[in-house]
Amino acid sequence: MNVAKRTFDALIVGAGGAGLRAALQLSEAGLKTAVLSKVFPTRSHTVAAQGGVAASLGNTTEDHWHWHMYDTVKGSDWLGDQDAIEFMCRKANEVVIELEHYGMPFDRTDNGKIYQRPFGGHSMNYGKSPVMRSCAAADRTGHAMLHALYQRNVRANTQFFVEWMALDLIRDGNGNVLGVTALELETGEVSIFHSRATIFATGGSGRIFYSSTNAFTNTGDGLGMAARAGIPLEDMEFWQFHPTGVAGAGVLITEGVRGEGGILRNANGERFMERYAPNLKDLASRDVVSRSMVTEINEGRGCGHDKDYVLLDITHLSPEIIMKRLPGIREISIRFAGVDPIKAPIPVVPTCHYQMGGIPTNYKGQVVHPKLGDPNTLVHGFYAAGECACASVHGSNRLGTNSLLDLLVFGKSAGESVVEDFKAGQLDLKPLPDDAADMSIGRIARLESQKGGNAVGEVRIAMQRAMQKHASVFRFKDLLKEGVTHILKVAEGAKGTYINDKSKVWNTARQEALELDNMIEVAKATMISAEARKESRGAHVRDDAPDTPEHPNGRDDENWLKHTLWFSVDNHLEYKPVRLKPLSDDVEPIALAKRTY
Amino acid sequence: MTINRGKVRWQCRRSLLELDLVLARFLEQEFDCLNDGQLADFEDLLRCDDYDLWAFINGSKPCEVTRWKKIIARLSQC
Repeated sequence: MNVAKRTFDALIVGAGGAGLRAALQLSEAGLKTAVLSKVFPTRSHTVAAQGGVAASLGNTTEDHWHWHMYDTVKGSDWLGDQDAIEFMCRKANEVVIELEHYGMPFDRTDNGKIYQRPFGGHSMNYGKSPVMRSCAAADRTGHAMLHALYQRNVRANTQFFVEWMALDLIRDGNGNVLGVTALELETGEVSIFHSRATIFATGGSGRIFYSSTNAFTNTGDGLGMAARAGIPLEDMEFWQFHPTGVAGAGVLITEGVRGEGGILRNANGERFMERYAPNLKDLASRDVVSRSMVTEINEGRGCGHDKDYVLLDITHLSPEIIMKRLPGIREISIRFAGVDPIKAPIPVVPTCHYQMGGIPTNYKGQVVHPKLGDPNTLVHGFYAAGECACASVHGSNRLGTNSLLDLLVFGKSAGESVVEDFKAGQLDLKPLPDDAADMSIGRIARLESQKGGNAVGEVRIAMQRAMQKHASVFRFKDLLKEGVTHILKVAEGAKGTYINDKSKVWNTARQEALELDNMIEVAKATMISAEARKESRGAHVRDDAPDTPEHPNGRDDENWLKHTLWFSVDNHLEYKPVRLKPLSDDVEPIALAKRTY
Repeated sequence: MTINRGKVRWQCRRSLLELDLVLARFLEQEFDCLNDGQLADFEDLLRCDDYDLWAFINGSKPCEVTRWKKIIARLSQC
């Protein structure tokens, strides 16, 4: 079949923060650069990031990158790679100041410096007291960041292919990455994007869970493409959950509601957090609150017909306070829960928020895989950054404000690596194999010819419910085991999806079917990796790995201080060591310790 | 020129979950009933920045464009 071909020096898939930051590095270096995006760049999910971006500028309180590094390693529950974490924390000031120069409207102090605010998990003097490290633009930091980066890319003549969906990674017989196939939504035609270097910056995959704060676009396309092409996915058992998403919708109810006096109640009306966290009660940390909520639901004290949520009650606050301090929350509750929180409590459940794992990379944003005994062998021509990548800086648990930092630092780093490799003559344009587009054309042909089968929406819901039931915020041995069988069955069903609409142009049903293929890969990786990891660590908390003197917090460093690698081809797992040595001698390794706050 | 309805459907994919949810309900309940003029207004409205669009829908920011007001009122009910 004759397939159109375009050729570039560098190709980036995804136009959120990481993709745009990488693109800037390449375009400004003069490389012929293309960015593919399913949606218009400023509609990428980076826009939803509110909190800020971490950097030890020390503008408001004393700070040091050593302290930031300590906080990040501790936050990761020691699963983060200390070389990558050193790299990120040392680079933070540089990338934030660059962004300031690009026109990012950061909040300011009275003397004109970037204003910094405190954020959970960030401290000075190695955990001694809170530090002001988060640089923000009101509560729209991601939005401001993405607009600044997009405008800078327009100035740098980056070529955008908007409303193009990448379908599959192209590799040759030696495993080199040569670009992607992509579907132009407007024409329905598949093209080959042939490139010396390919950077994936496709964001997260949070839509695999039934309850998710993620926008609909977060379908793990990069992870699905990588997995189908034989690249393993790293640490996919680790997902961060937010305790209070609106039940059935996922929209976040900020922690500020509990800060204003909101109380969590079970079906009996009991303030159950008093039993789990007698001192902090409803203001205990996210993971403690989430697990307590799940325990209430699992023990039959959930609310509603299916007893599958709990209630967040602010009815004891005066209507004036709710209208004045929480107007947005009232609006969300009325619209998405059908409840006015002045009159009745809000139904909430722990909700998937962020993916810590992803495509394995080193601190330079180069994709790595195990080969001939070296788990960190480079995949020639392939790079990844942002939520789709696993550098690994977040390990088993991410600190707030480190995600925007991650995408800036590793977006830039991946771009720099491509430029360096290009200048060193290491990125020759390798010839395309004859079957470069066959897999993608075959996937589309199957959807066109399939007569009858499983509706895409039904398979997606089955996957989301399986993930929510078996691999949510609090995990149980038997449920995980059943979950593996369950998700593999759902995955079989996904092979026979059927769409009514067989039209060629702007066929959203087909796009959703293709996205489902990607989500299924991520769901399998998550369930199988989670079932296998027999300890509790960070966001992966198992009922059968409790807090004991021998294994504080249920963590088992002797057996499980290692990264998981899941392979799609036969669902097997391999493991690789955590990099406990920092990048330089400027800082001592952060020694293993119990993670307590 | 006729606007492709599939294109407009795809442009309901947004950066914020709140918008995705409202627009999904609108696509299900109202979209097929839009005439060509209404469809053009809707497509035009979708060019707005996501936070502005959400503010129009939840009423926290008034919309100054008269021809969008009817469609915003319908979105607000979704």
